[in-house]
Amino acid sequence: MPQAAQRIVLDSAAISRALTRIAHEILERNQGGDQLALVGIHTRGVDLSVRLADKIAAVEGVRPQCGAIDITLYRDDVGRTRTQPEVHGTSIPFAVDTMRIVLVDDVLYTGRTVRAAMDALVDFGRPKSIQLAVLVDRGHRELPIRPDYVGKNIPTSYEERVSVCLVEHDGQDRVVIE
Amino acid sequence: MTFSQRHFLGIEGLSRDELLFVLHTAESFREISEREVKKVPTLRGKTIINLFYESSTRTRSSFEIAAKRLSADAINISASTSSVNKGETLLDTARNLCAMRPAALVIRHPASGAPHLLARLDQCPVINAGDGAHEHPTQALLDVMTIREHLGDVAGKSIAIVGDILHSRVARSNILALTTLGAQVRLIGPPTLLPLECSRWGVERHTNLRAGLAGVDAIMMLRLQRERQMRNFFPSLDEYARGFCLTVEALKEAKPNVIILHPGPMNRGVEIDSRVADGPYSVILEQVTNGVAVRMAVLYLLTTQERLATQEQSVTNGQAVGQERTDRQTQPGAWAERPQPGQEKGPSRQPEPFLLPERAVGQ
Repeated sequence: MPQAAQRIVLDSAAISRALTRIAHEILERNQGGDQLALVGIHTRGVDLSVRLADKIAAVEGVRPQCGAIDITLYRDDVGRTRTQPEVHGTSIPFAVDTMRIVLVDDVLYTGRTVRAAMDALVDFGRPKSIQLAVLVDRGHRELPIRPDYVGKNIPTSYEERVSVCLVEHDGQDRVVIE
Repeated sequence: MTFSQRHFLGIEGLSRDELLFVLHTAESFREISEREVKKVPTLRGKTIINLFYESSTRTRSSFEIAAKRLSADAINISASTSSVNKGETLLDTARNLCAMRPAALVIRHPASGAPHLLARLDQCPVINAGDGAHEHPTQALLDVMTIREHLGDVAGKSIAIVGDILHSRVARSNILALTTLGAQVRLIGPPTLLPLECSRWGVERHTNLRAGLAGVDAIMMLRLQRERQMRNFFPSLDEYARGFCLTVEALKEAKPNVIILHPGPMNRGVEIDSRVADGPYSVILEQVTNGVAVRMAVLYLLTTQERLATQEQSVTNGQAVGQERTDRQTQPGAWAERPQPGQEKGPSRQPEPFLLPERAVGQ
């Protein structure tokens, strides 16, 4: 990728501030951390869900349960993509029934990933509610899905790529448009 | 990485990376069988045919359950109740089944190489569920998966395979898988049941059970294939058991935290003592659990690939590849659902010349 075409839209401090705000919004909306669980969507959604859980724990004193979900087996384009996506493990180490579950992902785009994640989640039980938290909403929805918590709205064109880099996987925190 | 094999005929020819990729995929699938609702929608609308020319409890039900947990429709055909009784040939049976557009064909056959023959039809992916004394690749994967669960990486681990190596497709697939992944393999059995060519396989050969078991990390017992003992490989079952039955005493030679595997069905008192089979070191039932995950992984990997053959065909037809790629993305699972006539005539789709494996015993 040519360096000139890259634009940093969120740096490390901005990502941290956005997550802190989302943590407070989650607690405000759900009146505390009771019956609350965070489920990250592989790969970077899982890292973000862990960070959100830490921030909620710092505010509320109680750390919500965390899970990870892999949507590969629920995709609507199985067998149609050029590259076969790798299957990661799904891990929901708590009963989802009666829980308020916040799905966490890095970028919200078409909404198809979130659709698949909701299908995967309800296979584990009947949550009281499912909410959606994303670090970046880049628009161009193809399904009737909207986020409950957004780190930053970033209007993009179809040609642009939004890359979320996190320390856990990429060695640094930043969101780049290229 | 992606898995680019069209068929799953054996461990032979798979690289270390490919083996690890299938194992990682299988490890991710294991969780599905722990759920309350043991089903994911991935293979909706796809049909998997299990064609079994030999009796089987574990492998057949394992493939059927794996297909169903992926939401595929599984059809079981056993030779004893099919048109095979009326004299239909294997190829005719396969052609007719493929005409019903399955997404994959799983076959077990007493003749080594039978799955390879069906793979040459190239109508749909073929999965080998055991062919003669040649290979049983999904069994080897579930064995390795179980060993990895208990011992971690198999590289450098010492693993004994004990019993009727000569007739065992399980042993062949396991030797290939374990040596590819860097394990030290020891074959233990009476000299008549240890194939001569095993010196070429990079394994140790032992004819004394206790000496062979010294310091091993895992013991893989094989079933004594009584139906294939027509040539007097040993004097009597009793005498075989005296030399090679895995007893609590023999087990003392191995490492203290050794694990014991058996592909089933077990001949209790012949190759394995009940106190060992039901004892604390046995992981035999975990193997069965992992078998479902392994078969889910193999079915998933083979039936969700985008077919590259269509592209090759488009090149031979003088069309632009890029154009074809766009078209492909709008055709869901096209190769599995609608094989295009003549695609097997593409230059690089020519199957390998069909060679009978070295040991085509038991036909």
